[in-house]
Amino acid sequence: MIKNIKLIALVFLVILSFFTLLKGLNKTNNYSPDLNSSKIDFNFKAKFLYSNEETTLNELVDDKDFTIINIWASWCLPCRDEHPFLLNLNSSNKLNIIGINYKDNEINAKKFIKELGNPYSKIIVDPSGVNSIELGAYGVPETILINNKSRTILKKYIGPLDDQKFAELKMLIKNEN
Amino acid sequence: MLNQIGNYSLYIALLSSILIIIQSPILLNRTNVNISGKIFSLISIQSLMIIISFIALIAAFITSDFSNETVYNNSHTTKPFFYKVSGTWGNHEGSLLLWLLVLTIFLFIFTITSKNLSSKYRILTLFFQEIIILGFLLFILFTSNPFTNLFPIPNEGTGLNPILQDPALAIHPPILYLGYVGTSIIFSSSLGALISGSVNKTWAKHIKNWVLISWIFLSIGILLGSIWAYYELGWGGFWFWDPVENVSLMPWFCLTALFHTILILEKREIFHSWAVILSITTFSLSMSGTFLVRSGILNSIHTFANDPSRGVFILCFLFILITLSIFIYFFYQNKIKNNSVKTYLVSKETAVLMNNLFMMFFLSVVLIGTVYPIFLEVVNNDKISVGPPFYHKLIVPFMIPFLFFMAIGPNLKWIKDKITKINSQQLLFFIISIIICYIFLKKIEVSYLLSLPLFIASFFLFLVTIKDFSIKKTNLSQKISHFGFSLFILSVLVNGVLAKEYSSNMKVGDERKFLNKIIKFESLKTNEGKNYQSLEANFKITDKNNSINLKPEIRVYDQPQTITSEADIESTLFSDNFLVFNILKNDGFYNVRYQIKPFMIWIWISVILISFGGILSIVKKND
Repeated sequence: MIKNIKLIALVFLVILSFFTLLKGLNKTNNYSPDLNSSKIDFNFKAKFLYSNEETTLNELVDDKDFTIINIWASWCLPCRDEHPFLLNLNSSNKLNIIGINYKDNEINAKKFIKELGNPYSKIIVDPSGVNSIELGAYGVPETILINNKSRTILKKYIGPLDDQKFAELKMLIKNEN
Repeated sequence: MLNQIGNYSLYIALLSSILIIIQSPILLNRTNVNISGKIFSLISIQSLMIIISFIALIAAFITSDFSNETVYNNSHTTKPFFYKVSGTWGNHEGSLLLWLLVLTIFLFIFTITSKNLSSKYRILTLFFQEIIILGFLLFILFTSNPFTNLFPIPNEGTGLNPILQDPALAIHPPILYLGYVGTSIIFSSSLGALISGSVNKTWAKHIKNWVLISWIFLSIGILLGSIWAYYELGWGGFWFWDPVENVSLMPWFCLTALFHTILILEKREIFHSWAVILSITTFSLSMSGTFLVRSGILNSIHTFANDPSRGVFILCFLFILITLSIFIYFFYQNKIKNNSVKTYLVSKETAVLMNNLFMMFFLSVVLIGTVYPIFLEVVNNDKISVGPPFYHKLIVPFMIPFLFFMAIGPNLKWIKDKITKINSQQLLFFIISIIICYIFLKKIEVSYLLSLPLFIASFFLFLVTIKDFSIKKTNLSQKISHFGFSLFILSVLVNGVLAKEYSSNMKVGDERKFLNKIIKFESLKTNEGKNYQSLEANFKITDKNNSINLKPEIRVYDQPQTITSEADIESTLFSDNFLVFNILKNDGFYNVRYQIKPFMIWIWISVILISFGGILSIVKKND
């Protein structure tokens, strides 16, 4: 009798842990950025750098063909290097560049823009860095090219833009019509 | 081509597995059982096929055959040769194939080394082992096939995660797997012995080698992972109580307990059921480890891919095996001989039982700490993280009696001993330990209540294990392992209380004072590696007598694009100088972390000693 109770108790415990773990499997436990995902969370909420209003990515993506999201910070050296490329891209009328200021100090960020020019149509801030990670960011700088119609990521560049990436980016914008 | 070879050999292996499983029960019912014939050839074919498929996968990696999806996802033509090879098991599919390879090779070795044991037991063991092999084969073929074709063939692969491109990590998984998979043989054979009613001295003697082999590989595997974490992750520690580390530690506790129990079973014919339970638990823990790591239920650097169907498969398989073994245990339990051998309180048996009790306690702490957050999240949606303080608080107080028992236990006699034998020598050691530890702790001004007894216990153990080398009778392997363990505990403790860390933001030319040292950021230059670019800094650390140069790097890998920090470590016998830097703040500033880690090298050496004891024990027996 005691043997049976032991057996039943043990089997019960095993079954219980089985279903708990099974349920646990369906939860995503991974906070690391998903590099291969082509989806982006358009409900991404943040405040503007130059005003205190809150906005979502949805509102920022407008009727132009493409959006470039550029994650930058004033303390990030490579961001300085890629800045001229962004300024260059800004002249294209097919796209809008949105800047996400990552883990930065407001004064420094504004100084950075004043010093180097503003390629962004809008700048939003992410002081804690958490939102950017949810967006899929890997680090600064990072540039994400979004097709506004299909609302998907066309290309993601981790690290600063250079001549090669810049050329590729231009090609993508040109061909994707 | 290679894909086809690999695929077909896996299917042939699957076929042999099914054949063996069908054949075994038939053979078992015959009066004159013999496995030398058909079954043996089936096992040989199976092993051969899996070896071929594994070689095919390695070949695909070496030749950068991107028609193979696994190769495409995890390799790149510019990768150094060594990492092309190690890339074979640096991913989910390949690592499972490695599991399978070791599984079959171990079974093959088992079959040829167990010839003098009863055929019934051998066939049953084969049967259970083949069930495990079948499970893995199905898993590989239907959820994670390493030989999936890609068409059109890509020109270039996507590369191996750069933090995995490291010599210690290249051999860490295979070694760890040897340990994990070894436990499967223990599992199958304990079930086989249980059903055939041969849980006895002979079985203990036979299975002891397998326990030792798994234990040695597991110890070395854990060590390698830990060394890798120390210099590659750049956090400056060697153990973080990360769930994935815990998962390898749990079977280790279980194996250690099992090994000591098996020794008693061999000598005194007691603890039969306990040995079987431990065997089953050890394997279940190893399998759970694979499940937790591979399914992505844990968030960790070890998780490769998060494909839920894979997790569900391993989970079902794991629980089928566990339930099966529980039922077998309960139905055949009465076959175990119940020797009512008289045991006394002061004896070696009690000492081993003590070891087992403590091991089970440590195991439960780690198990709860690892699994509880998962359960809590499912049941309650709460996210909690269990960190080092939890483990330290629960484990440290119990370490003290554990270490004392470890010092006294091994020298007790079998059956019955006298308490009065705790002699003047040991008393002397004890007093010496108290004095030395008291002075030591006073000097470095550590006033933590538990530190003193903990230090005393470990130092006492250290002295006793050294002295034990002078006793001729007892076996050398045990002395080496126990000495290694005492050295390990002592190094960890000293490392813990004496480690110093300094962190600051610096730019080239800056100087910082830390303790009696001056840290100078001398220069910065860029280098070109084979598949990365690096930023190499040169730091000069000067104290009164001498100066050292440390050259940490920041590497930017191109395939896939990742930035890693490579710490530079200067190891001496007494202390490690550890320096790592990161790009961080405003123009030209870098975050610099400098650590002094005393006795770091002794932690590694002691674990090697512990494992060496095990190796010696195997080698000696075969003489």
